[in-house]
Amino acid sequence: MSESRKHITEYLKKGLRLDGRKLDEFREVSVEYGVSKNAEGSARVKIGGTEVIAGVKLNIGTPYSDRPDEGTLMVGVELYPLASPEFEAGPPSIDSIELARVVDRGIREAGAIDNKALCIEKGEKIWIVSVDICPINDEGNLFDAAGLAAIAAIMDAKFPKVEKDGTVNYKERTKTPLPIKKRPIPITVWRIGNDLIVDPINEEEKSTDARLTIASLSDGVICALQKGGDATLTVEDVDKMTDLAIAKAKDLRSKLGGKSK
Amino acid sequence: MSYTKRVDGRKSFTELRPITAKAGVIARADGSAYFKIGNTAAYAAVYGPRELHPRNKQIPTRGLLRCDYVMMPFSGMGDRVRPGPNRRAKEISMVTQKALDPVLDLQDYPNAVVDVFICLPETDAGSRCAGICAASIALADAGVPMKDLICAVSTGQVGDKVVVDLDYAEEAYSDGPVSDIPVAMIPSTGELTLLQMDGEISKKDLMEALKLVKESMNEIYEVQKNALKDKYPAGGDDDE
Amino acid sequence: MSGLTINDKDVVVPGEVLAEGMDYLPSHGTYRLDDTIRAGKLGLARIDGKVIKIIPLSGVYSPRRNDVIICKVFDVLMSGWRVNTFTPYSAMLSMKDGTNEFIMKGANLTKYHQIGDYIMCKVVNVTSQRLIDVTMKGPGLRKLDNGRFIRVNSHKVPRIIGKQGSMVSMVKNATGCRILVGQNGVVWVSGEPEMEILAIETIKKVEKESHVSGLTDTIKVFLEEKTGKKLETKAEEKSEPEGEQQ
Repeated sequence: MSESRKHITEYLKKGLRLDGRKLDEFREVSVEYGVSKNAEGSARVKIGGTEVIAGVKLNIGTPYSDRPDEGTLMVGVELYPLASPEFEAGPPSIDSIELARVVDRGIREAGAIDNKALCIEKGEKIWIVSVDICPINDEGNLFDAAGLAAIAAIMDAKFPKVEKDGTVNYKERTKTPLPIKKRPIPITVWRIGNDLIVDPINEEEKSTDARLTIASLSDGVICALQKGGDATLTVEDVDKMTDLAIAKAKDLRSKLGGKSK
Repeated sequence: MSYTKRVDGRKSFTELRPITAKAGVIARADGSAYFKIGNTAAYAAVYGPRELHPRNKQIPTRGLLRCDYVMMPFSGMGDRVRPGPNRRAKEISMVTQKALDPVLDLQDYPNAVVDVFICLPETDAGSRCAGICAASIALADAGVPMKDLICAVSTGQVGDKVVVDLDYAEEAYSDGPVSDIPVAMIPSTGELTLLQMDGEISKKDLMEALKLVKESMNEIYEVQKNALKDKYPAGGDDDE
Repeated sequence: MSGLTINDKDVVVPGEVLAEGMDYLPSHGTYRLDDTIRAGKLGLARIDGKVIKIIPLSGVYSPRRNDVIICKVFDVLMSGWRVNTFTPYSAMLSMKDGTNEFIMKGANLTKYHQIGDYIMCKVVNVTSQRLIDVTMKGPGLRKLDNGRFIRVNSHKVPRIIGKQGSMVSMVKNATGCRILVGQNGVVWVSGEPEMEILAIETIKKVEKESHVSGLTDTIKVFLEEKTGKKLETKAEEKSEPEGEQQ
């Protein structure tokens, strides 16, 4: 067992985290909207020292043939080496792919966006919603920061003007927001030994056994799950983790501010 | 037809867009900065000097500078910028490295590397220059020995006027010739470390543009200097 | 025009003019360009008579002979250990420098130091190509465990230690923690969890506010508030002299 892990375990016995927080305590969370003018929607999320920017681009494209009357959603995460000495330049790592897919599923499976309302002309023209998440500084818990930033950027987005000839005029933005139906918030609960914690810092992340990301809606319905880490989870673990995630999602949802309903 | 008034309402043809800069914005990096000119914004992070892998890239007599320029996928007007390497970003990364290297003194770091990562969350022309300005603050913040900061801004011609700091609307001017000339300079000596051009310009106007842009460099240097001084307030007495 | 263009202890940035004319001489971190002396890195300008130098405020630590630093073992070799110095260059801890015990030929060296161990060691040699040798032979040099390791800006180490170790002693007294500060900016803190957290918070505060005058008093008030204990004005030295090494 590493020196750091031994130390973390000792702290947990006393109900403490390395930075003095309680086990179920988040660092300070803030959300700022409209941080990149060329994006149709954007947001900056800070969780303690961790900072993430998410942006939404709206383009007109053709629908999938099996869903001719639905728009599409795409979520990407770019783990730029800017944000951490541990990230490397080059093709997307498995970490960035997993992160993107977990956030993507949370939004997609919740039916957060009304895909049918993104259809412009059945079988011909639909809106493609691209959400890209870019960490600026990684001091732990990118999962939750990325999930919150994605939903905030979607809430901030406004459609660009469509000219009579069907082309998009990106210089003019309408006041129409995306057809948002639900606001899923992913919370990741981490297990170290027998203890459960949320919002780990880098050093804690390295010492965890397993994690479970739980995206939930305001009514407590769960809309995505992802287990990670090398160790197993018991059904009892999942029980406790889910309660914790739903409670924390409520706190984070309140940070979305006036735009949240 | 004469270009009489700047599209965005700036009062003179040499006026820069509003600039803000801040040092030390990325805690995990060894040095970092944010630089925004008009609606073009750049983050820069410096990591190092640190160990360089692979070994065959190591230079036994000095440290190596590596630069990486990337636009965030949502940073541009209109279409999403596809992530991943592209020819434009690779070339800009290369000219950025060439723009910064002449002021650095990496002799004390044989075989090591200084990595500079530049990311743009928002762009409206002049992105490589904004990236270079941010990177230069970040390198100083990281304590890298360097004989000067590097200042960069574009100059060029819009219609019949020589201008400084073109924005996107000016680059797209259609009632006459347009040229966009990104320039980076060592302010203490006036030497150029980046010089590129798109468009067309007469030799006379080119020389005029390079003369005009020098004035602007001093303005940029002041902003960069203040960003660093804000992060490192003077004072302290009993440390030695 | 000639003379100084800045004041002693001003923060200066690369390229900034420090003096004009030929009256002053450039020293560490400065250079002459025509009839000006300019800053060659970010730092605090110091004027000593006619000589101008720069004290760096940031940047990686460069190892110097006889510095005591905290390193982490990352490889075990036939003839010793390789340690991470938290600089661009790793260091070699040879078998004879790693322990006072006699080591048999072919012995398993992990018995003495394992991968992941932190050690307090002394720099014995640095070459021009930055090959570094360290030793653990010397007073106070040892393996460090049961504690937390944090990294601080190595240029702030003198401030964290304080005059004759006054600052670090005060933190030790207030928190009951054992604290060792390596010149490479790695700090070891060992005590009760709550107190370790307070000690680390205090050290980070000293690092962040190192430019503030009268910092020792500010920190004293801070620690008294946090612990509810009254601290003596002149902090008493505790046994563990290596923590106070400059």
